[in-house]
Amino acid sequence: MRYLPLTDTDRSAMLDVIGAADIDSLFVDVPEEARLSGPIEGLPMHASEMAVEKHMRRLSKKNLAAADAAFFLGAGAYKHHVPASVDHIIQRGEFLTAYTPYQPEIAQGTLQMLFEFQTQVARLYGCAVANASMYDGSTACWEAVAMASRVARGKKRKVVLSGALHPHYAEVVKTMAKFTEDEIASAPPSLTPAPDDDGLIARIDEDTSCVVVQYPDILGRLPDLARIADAAHEKGALLIAVNTEPVALGAIKSPGELGADIVVGEGQSIGVGLNFGGPYLGLFAVRDEKHVRMMPGRLCGETVDAEGKRGFVLTLSTREQHIRREKATSNICTNSGLCALAFSVHMTLLGEKGLRALATENHRLACLAADRLAKVPGVKLLNEAFFNEFTVLLDGDARQIVRDLTKQNVLAGVSLGRLFPGNEGLSNGLLVAVTETTTEEDIETLASALEEVLA
Amino acid sequence: MHGPDTATGNRALMLEEPLIFEIGSTDTTGVDFEFAGKLDLAGVEQPTPPTPMSETTSRLGAFSRTDEIGLPGLTEPETVRHYTRLSRQNYAIDLGLFPLGSCTMKHNPRLNEKVARMPGFADVHPLQPVDTVRGALEVVNELAFWLVKLTGMHSVAMSPKAGAHGELCGILCIRAALEARGDARKVILVPESAHGTNPATAAFAGYEIEDIPANSDGRVDLDALKARLGPDVAGVMITNPSTLGLFERDLKAISDAVHEAGGFVYCDGANFNAIVGKVRPGDLGVDAMHINLHKTFSTPHGGGGPGSGPVVLSEALAPFGPLPYTARTEDGVVHLVEEEDAVSFAEEHFGGPLQHFGRMTAFHGQMGMFTRALAYILSHGADGLKQVAEDAVLNANYVLRSLEDVLDAPFGHSGPCMHEALFSDKGFAEGLSTLDLAKGLIDEGYHPMTMYFPLVVHGAMLVEPTETESKAALDQFITALRSVAGRAKAGDESLKTAPHYAPRRRLDETLAARKPVLAWKEEDVPPGQPTMSEQGGR
Repeated sequence: MRYLPLTDTDRSAMLDVIGAADIDSLFVDVPEEARLSGPIEGLPMHASEMAVEKHMRRLSKKNLAAADAAFFLGAGAYKHHVPASVDHIIQRGEFLTAYTPYQPEIAQGTLQMLFEFQTQVARLYGCAVANASMYDGSTACWEAVAMASRVARGKKRKVVLSGALHPHYAEVVKTMAKFTEDEIASAPPSLTPAPDDDGLIARIDEDTSCVVVQYPDILGRLPDLARIADAAHEKGALLIAVNTEPVALGAIKSPGELGADIVVGEGQSIGVGLNFGGPYLGLFAVRDEKHVRMMPGRLCGETVDAEGKRGFVLTLSTREQHIRREKATSNICTNSGLCALAFSVHMTLLGEKGLRALATENHRLACLAADRLAKVPGVKLLNEAFFNEFTVLLDGDARQIVRDLTKQNVLAGVSLGRLFPGNEGLSNGLLVAVTETTTEEDIETLASALEEVLA
Repeated sequence: MHGPDTATGNRALMLEEPLIFEIGSTDTTGVDFEFAGKLDLAGVEQPTPPTPMSETTSRLGAFSRTDEIGLPGLTEPETVRHYTRLSRQNYAIDLGLFPLGSCTMKHNPRLNEKVARMPGFADVHPLQPVDTVRGALEVVNELAFWLVKLTGMHSVAMSPKAGAHGELCGILCIRAALEARGDARKVILVPESAHGTNPATAAFAGYEIEDIPANSDGRVDLDALKARLGPDVAGVMITNPSTLGLFERDLKAISDAVHEAGGFVYCDGANFNAIVGKVRPGDLGVDAMHINLHKTFSTPHGGGGPGSGPVVLSEALAPFGPLPYTARTEDGVVHLVEEEDAVSFAEEHFGGPLQHFGRMTAFHGQMGMFTRALAYILSHGADGLKQVAEDAVLNANYVLRSLEDVLDAPFGHSGPCMHEALFSDKGFAEGLSTLDLAKGLIDEGYHPMTMYFPLVVHGAMLVEPTETESKAALDQFITALRSVAGRAKAGDESLKTAPHYAPRRRLDETLAARKPVLAWKEEDVPPGQPTMSEQGGR
């Protein structure tokens, strides 16, 4: 009861002011038969801080933390070092326990941070405008598809998905499209050293509202975005580029620069931990300012106060659900404010110089890992180009091999069998991600473990 | 302006803070990557000097980035100072009462922050083999178990990322269930007092929206609802307790009528904190309800998120919930049905095929929020959760009855309020609005209440004190609100220019919308403000 400040004396004094005999008379509108007579069955009584902490620690210890293993998982969630000051800042109560900044005069801290965040994301993506974040990369991807449909005024009903789009992202789009009657054209990924850009381009037609391409793709390869953008634009379709590893954009050209109209992605890599899948950070940007009023989600804008001082407010809210109700551009109400703060703080600590150094270090170690693994008998490197994640083909079922290796504290990567269940043709594929937290010793551990199980 | 100008623009502890683009530079960084030499400590394993890039070949091909991105960097001390200064321009629940009706801002226990950061929860990957994350799955399953228990429902979909995402999940479950029986209904009924997310959600799920009016009491008009039900109505979305702060007395009768007409009942559970441990929505016939974990179980709002919106489902909707999900089998093992094939798992353990409607998000939901919410539930226990609802309702009624003589309470006659008290601007002097009162409250040191919502009340003010406020804190807030309300009725013109003491005076929101500036550009530096190059960093 340590979180409840009222005393029994307070309670009876307050009931007197209200003119109520007892607390139950305040629940008079709840029909008698709907009221619970006793405590919730099975739920223990209140517990001390120490007891709860102990219980949670016991559950925590049943998990193998990434830092305690040779760790190579990616596929949309990456293990990067987060500087200590990031967590310090997001735990400041004025950020952690603040509300959505609807009262701008006393929310300038959050608002200025969001304005800075929007600018950082827009620059990273090579776009004009970014929003103030969304739930995660997969939902941002769906929102981009919905936005493309709005831009096409519902006259184009076909959505072309690259087969090498993260399968969970593709599932989210397909799930939502069932209810909005968009037609999805998709194909399973092909295990080729470079993505099948020709095949993708062949599926774009006059009825296509958008083309969705992941960059780098789910197998770590780099599609020729500029060529796909030209092909899409020729048919009057928008190109949506999806990025799940923002660190890559410190080393490779931005999607906006290559012609993508909408760029979305997962921001977890910068400032946000693995968290078993959430909370994460959806990034969303448009290359051209003319599309701003079609965007989903929150936007923070610059303005002035009554004394002419610069200040920030949430703006263009006539797109949003609380004003437009069923005509809103999205039903999204929250954003990932605190995760956006973590991203922005980490990005500020990195700066351009740090981001490029971080990207270089990721790529250097990934090249070392790819070269080393390619020397293991029974392992073949698939990729031509890659950033920090690549695919290897194993002599054997990668899903089982990954499970076996956990017994040696090796988290070897994400098997394509896990990502694409039921697709037998992909079952020997293993997606290996390497970051700055990977040591050369970790790479050696993985290589020797694979040598052992494949022998 | 009060007192003389200062040379810096700063005023004592109130500091003006430039943007990172004005104080940072692209060649400054607050992190070190270069290999700077061994840590020469006895007994510590020595790192191997890295293999230089030149010994490997870049695999970026033609994609290598050459242009400048334009990302300013700051060193660590400058970064910490920048964000600390910004933080001081925010109001927050740690600072004081946050009376936002229907948004529920209550104390955020720090134990919850501590447990969420335990490495077994914070540092695990969503696609690790399940044998390495059994404890994390137990957290999901344990929380799911209590959510089902507390609501009297059948199952719960844990993956929705926020309340509105949960609404979408619930409506999609309804649509999937209807489609499974070959029933293509087109309409969702939504009361006038609903959150804006409700109609937006139903529209996104492909439905037409029709409003249902309220009766003079402020509750859903049962007769109007019954009259509208028919073979084209897929369901209704009802908020209970409602956004007018009232308990929908007729919810069971509404549910019965909707079910009889072949539809489903969606309950917006945003205000579940007022009845947790006292009433189970499942007993009232609800088919789906999202639970905003931050509202009922106090996960921090974070200036706008992250949220988390698990959706509890009735037996009729349970088979249609989205992937992935967790389930405990008879041997006590918790499974993640994603790594384990959903179809064969359902056949083996549920005795029938699964009819899930698909997937709503890449991974398993907001783990970081689950750990916090579970810690909150266990801290309160069965006795504490009931006390939470009782104290929340007591505090709201205390505010309602203490202010009724100075502020119009349009539904004050409708019985006790639940979690929040509703007032209107009736009786304000000509030319003064709810907005002016709200900005006046800022000068009293408070975050204003929810304004202009619900839409059914003119100049609405929705005050929700929550259960974590003491009587002394409520009394001071009541004094402040009485004073500002008195000034609004008396026609105090100074309210029109409030706030006077906040970090910023009233901000021009019209200008922001008319000429949107949504990203920083070098030329936007306001006159008198030094640019990055003039200042040379700080």
